[in-house]
Amino acid sequence: MTTQTEATNQSTISKDTRIALFIPCYIDMMFPEVGIATLQLLERFGLNVSYPLNQTCCGQPMANSGDEANAAPAELLFVENFKEFDFIIGPAGSCVKQVRCHFDVIDQTDDVKHVRQRTYELVEFLHDILNVDSFPWAEFHHSVAIHNSCSSIRGLGIAKPSEIMGVPFDKTADLLSKVKGLVLTPVDRPDDCCGFGGTFCVTDEAVSARMGLEKAHDHLRHGVEYVVSPDMSCLMHQQGIAQRSGLDLKYIHVAQVLNGGPF
Amino acid sequence: MSNAKQVDPAKAAELFIIHDQIHEPMHDRFLWGTMQRRDAEAAAIPEWEELREIASKIKEHTLTHLDHYLEEFEANATKRGAHVHWALDAAEHNEIVHSILKDHGVKEMIKSKSMLQEECHMTPFLENRGIKVIESDLGERIQQLDGQPPSHIVFPAIHKTRKDVAQLFARTVGTDPNNDDPHLLTEVIRNNARPRFLATGAGMTGGNFAIAETGTFMVCTNEGNADIGASVPPLHIASIGIEKLIPRVEDMGVFLRLLARSAEGSPLTQYSSHFSGPRKGGELHIVLVDNGRSRRLGMADFWHSLKCIRCGACMNTCPVYRRSGGLSYGATYSGPIGVILDPTFDEFKYSELPFHSTLCGSCSDVCPVKIDISDQILKWRRVMAERGYLPLVKRMSFAVAGHVLGHPEEYHAMEKVAAPAMDYAPHFLLYNRSLNPWGRSRELPQIAKQTFRDWYLANRSEHADDEQ
Ligand code: SF4
Repeated sequence: MTTQTEATNQSTISKDTRIALFIPCYIDMMFPEVGIATLQLLERFGLNVSYPLNQTCCGQPMANSGDEANAAPAELLFVENFKEFDFIIGPAGSCVKQVRCHFDVIDQTDDVKHVRQRTYELVEFLHDILNVDSFPWAEFHHSVAIHNSCSSIRGLGIAKPSEIMGVPFDKTADLLSKVKGLVLTPVDRPDDCCGFGGTFCVTDEAVSARMGLEKAHDHLRHGVEYVVSPDMSCLMHQQGIAQRSGLDLKYIHVAQVLNGGPF
Repeated sequence: MSNAKQVDPAKAAELFIIHDQIHEPMHDRFLWGTMQRRDAEAAAIPEWEELREIASKIKEHTLTHLDHYLEEFEANATKRGAHVHWALDAAEHNEIVHSILKDHGVKEMIKSKSMLQEECHMTPFLENRGIKVIESDLGERIQQLDGQPPSHIVFPAIHKTRKDVAQLFARTVGTDPNNDDPHLLTEVIRNNARPRFLATGAGMTGGNFAIAETGTFMVCTNEGNADIGASVPPLHIASIGIEKLIPRVEDMGVFLRLLARSAEGSPLTQYSSHFSGPRKGGELHIVLVDNGRSRRLGMADFWHSLKCIRCGACMNTCPVYRRSGGLSYGATYSGPIGVILDPTFDEFKYSELPFHSTLCGSCSDVCPVKIDISDQILKWRRVMAERGYLPLVKRMSFAVAGHVLGHPEEYHAMEKVAAPAMDYAPHFLLYNRSLNPWGRSRELPQIAKQTFRDWYLANRSEHADDEQ
């Protein structure tokens, strides 16, 4: 369902558009290469991207557990950091969903409303706002399974959930299909949750691990080499499981593939 | 706060998983297969999403005019010769049923599946008063013989294998423990139930839908057991939750198209029976039960749960339910619908249930009446956090994190010490499961040598001056 247009949609975005990079805390600390790939990729489109240095975390771990009182300071700081920008782009579906859908408990000031509306997940920004139609710099000669996280699918709508009837679409697949050499591999349960679920993965360890292991076996059965996702948190969990079980699968963020690295 | 012990679904689910390599995979595969059939059936109806929307609207309309429709139902049912009773809670329901049975001198009663009667713990109540209760639904009968509640609202014994059933029947009915042929097992229990239909003085059913304009109600089953139970004994008692009301007969066209497709991926249940007053020479009693429903109707965040038509689709699609088995929820209702209903009965006892979810959202998307189940699960977490029911370690770590994450200086200072700390942390600390459940089945991610922020400062030097 891609609309084929110019690489950048000039009517929405110009040199003066103020774009902020939102790098979730766990990516900052554990997967800086995902942040680098995201920044470089956005810069390739000639965008003016800033990274507000005071950012910490979107408050998701607390909000997701229902602890709104302790989530609020992080949420308010997030709004403070990003309120001046036209677009806020984060390479993480669940964190973007937290901002867009769950910043609803703090006071709905104009700044809060603005930030909630203008925060985009990377894939949807590339697909819906920039309407990117090619990634000439990227090549990836591997068999790839997409793991769209539940937050991205059912929270942000980057793909059609299997439970909802209608015409299928998958924005991540649309983008990845433009990468030379990349083979998209279907699996049995593409949108069954992998069991990460934020704090769920430690509070409900047995169920979480079982779900992750089944995910890995689904990928292996179909000859997948790389699992690619717009959400590094799901991948962190799946990778931990695969490594421990000695399964030969690799996990990388969609930004790294679309940018052609760093890997 | 109740005196009941908190249910620990995570622990119970773990036991279900590690018990053997058979039960959990079988449970997951069967329910996943049911979902696949549901998806195919739903896809065959072009207006599926529209149907869901209409069903949701009808339920919302009815629930917001419930007083009107309940009175209309009572008037019309009474006109047809039924006796209509009102029960405020489970105790009243059980008393009413008991007194009807006593008045008729009934010593043994046969019933079909009813989640409401489960909710009221009716069977032990009656048995304590000398009335024998026999379940006639195969799955319910299996659970009754095993002394367990149903583990799924549509497939009560779905957590059991054929072997389990063969062994249970060997113990309780006297069959060959090594013969697990499903036809044989079904035949055995059918032959066991048949004479009872003839001998008992009363049959009980639930009701899937109660239609206000006609005073009739519908019972949907696959085994025909409800129909025999309602047609053979002279006395029929139906327990119906007040949320089961719908305004008109024609609304059934919407709900019947959704119900069986959502429940089991088939176009219709084998039997969809209308009950319109007592049959000739018989007696019909309808017990309309509140048991917390009107209180729930007043809960702004949770009243939509009353739209539920008990199809079980949210359970089948739930990745956590499929791996846990329904008994892990320790409650009448399990799976996603259980997570949002059970705390309305006892907030403390069921305070862990809302955390037994990944919030993946699949339940909300599958629900034929569009209940925002996943959002309600999150809202229940908020209630539990406000009540102080979060585990202490979570409360403490969130208090610290909440402060640090709101203060960038402290956060970035902490980031600098985190990486070296990980290097020095002894292996047993990270992999000891009681200290860190992450490490039991997963390798830990590496903390990067350089954070993104530091890379940015080093590589986008024009911004380095901005650092505060
Ligand atoms: S909540 Fe929805 S999906 Fe779940 S049992 Fe009720 S009607 Fe079915």
